[in-house]
Amino acid sequence: MSGQTLFEKVWDAHVVAQESGAPAILYVDAHLVHEVTSPQAFNMLRARNLTVRRPDRTFATMDHAIPTRDVDIMLWPSDAAIQVRTLRQNCEQFGITLFDIEGDVQGIVHVVGPEMGITQPGMTIVCGDSHTSTHGAFGALAFGIGTSEVGHVLATQCLLQQKPKTMAINVEGELGFGVTAKDIILAIIAKNGAGGGAGYVFEYRGSAIRNLTMANRMTICNMSIEGGARAGMIAPDETTFDYIKGRPYAPQGEEWDRAVTYWRTLVTDDDAIFDRELDLDANQLAPMVTYGTNPGEGIPVTGHIPTVDEIEDAAVRRSLISSLEYMGLQQGQKMAGQPVDVVFIGSCTNGRIEDLREAAAVVKGRKVADTVWGIVVPGSKAVKSQAEAEGLDRIFSEAGFEWRGAGCSMCLAMNDDKAGAGKYVASTSNRNFRGRQGPGARSFLMSPIMAAAAAVNGRVVDVREEIG
Amino acid sequence: MQPFTTLTATAMPLRMENVDTDQIIPAKFLTAVTKDGMGDGLFSWLRYDDKGAPRPDFVLNQPQFEGAEVLIAGRNFGSGSSREHAVWALTEYGFRAVITPGFADIFYNNSLKNGLLPITLPEATVNMLLDLVEEEPEATIRIDLDAQEVTLPDGQRFGFAIDAFRKHCLLNGLDDLGYIESNAAAIDAYEARPVY
Ligand code: SF4
Repeated sequence: MSGQTLFEKVWDAHVVAQESGAPAILYVDAHLVHEVTSPQAFNMLRARNLTVRRPDRTFATMDHAIPTRDVDIMLWPSDAAIQVRTLRQNCEQFGITLFDIEGDVQGIVHVVGPEMGITQPGMTIVCGDSHTSTHGAFGALAFGIGTSEVGHVLATQCLLQQKPKTMAINVEGELGFGVTAKDIILAIIAKNGAGGGAGYVFEYRGSAIRNLTMANRMTICNMSIEGGARAGMIAPDETTFDYIKGRPYAPQGEEWDRAVTYWRTLVTDDDAIFDRELDLDANQLAPMVTYGTNPGEGIPVTGHIPTVDEIEDAAVRRSLISSLEYMGLQQGQKMAGQPVDVVFIGSCTNGRIEDLREAAAVVKGRKVADTVWGIVVPGSKAVKSQAEAEGLDRIFSEAGFEWRGAGCSMCLAMNDDKAGAGKYVASTSNRNFRGRQGPGARSFLMSPIMAAAAAVNGRVVDVREEIG
Repeated sequence: MQPFTTLTATAMPLRMENVDTDQIIPAKFLTAVTKDGMGDGLFSWLRYDDKGAPRPDFVLNQPQFEGAEVLIAGRNFGSGSSREHAVWALTEYGFRAVITPGFADIFYNNSLKNGLLPITLPEATVNMLLDLVEEEPEATIRIDLDAQEVTLPDGQRFGFAIDAFRKHCLLNGLDDLGYIESNAAAIDAYEARPVY
């Protein structure tokens, strides 16, 4: 018998029951909740007279709809205030820990979970949010679920799941100067397609992955869903353990030792077989930028937008034509030099302290171009206060960026942080869907340093020409 | 959940790939704390211009497709956000089935939990269906879940795959919760074991 993959080990450890011909009943170790996808699930509990089975394994925060300006949410003229109030009531009624916007701990659910040490190797983690894949960076099996499933997990701490297939993504080599984790994942999605991972769980492997920090690993796993995979995982190692140790919900003392002993077993066995493999050479990568309306439509900043003649697949051709029409761009055009109107630095992809440090280093002592509106939105309150302690807020403010409170903000433009219709946004977030960053807004996804360089130049540039 | 057995209905062609859930239901409709009214937001950006006037070139606004209960679209349908609101919007608007060459995983799952039947057919077949429906909007398509078959007016039939368990739930209108709860003893036993 061949060995097991990391995914298979974590999966097997969580199967509560498995009848033949039925999906597995999978146990959930940690359930994260936010204000937007949970109200209808709590309503279901009330309608059926159910309780939350494990409030101690359920954690809520507010991030999607809340303002990131310094305003009182309750005075905010928005349905968001109702959602916030509803979440407070639900958490109170069902006894769930809430990281409230009024408290010290709050932020984007996928930033707060790891920060608090809730996210640990070998766990199953779910949330009514597709970027739950982020937590896979710790060797957890983490994926997004719909609101019906949120209700199932609240009531039973379990989910019915069909076992997905596995895909190894091997990234060997060394990243060049100015090339980041964001470029790795954008290159993977450009290569494999936005839907190419449907039905699979990715495992990111290889020397280029092992050398990354936890923040960078989270950036990569975060965007697994943009490649069509519900989950992406990275085997835990010393980098992982160092990150977790001492965080509020991390195991302590003797329990810590037992945990680490177990976590060390969470690696893919040498003789394990993946259903598919994909290779990427890190040495060959350049900073990436998207030009279209799905995350698979990305190119190296040194390249040009494809032309229809270069594409064989009729559906991809059709998609290119319609994307470019929306984006107001031409086939064959270079992305370098393309003007931008708005720069957004933040999100669960790139709103961590490491991301802000890198972006600040690029803008330090420079000014955001006159034509550009730039905002920097920390992923959590902890990121915000750390950045302020390091003086990053001043670097951004002096350059002309707005320095905001923690939340999702212009990543999904559910609050008032919206790019206007037709505006080009250089964004560190994860989705360049039509209107994602505001009705009619047009997004270019890129790394934090690329976005910072775009801000000071007023156009897309190759960041490697800016620094160094 | 509303059971799904058979459906005979007209269809609407949406000739687009990668229709993400932000297109199906934009974020501004996610501020609701109930499921009501989602149908009004369905495809809002594609359906209305920035002044709120219906765009005549969008299929949802074309009278010949009014009353369609089957949606036919391109590959990677329902990608992006996990928002179940996308499924609620489709069902509230009146769709009972969606046919595409491929769905995003979370959307597919969410559909099954709301009695919306996601049918995957080969891309060539889907393209043929799009052509057919664009030319003959009045053509009725028959879907038989038990037989796992889509039948066209001229008698052509196309089989589709669906997981046996999911099919059983849809045919009988069962949701997951009852099934999970019937395994309560196994959950108790699982929780009692040491983690490491
Ligand atoms: S930052 Fe964006 S992608 Fe991440 S959870 Fe918030 S809205 Fe979703």
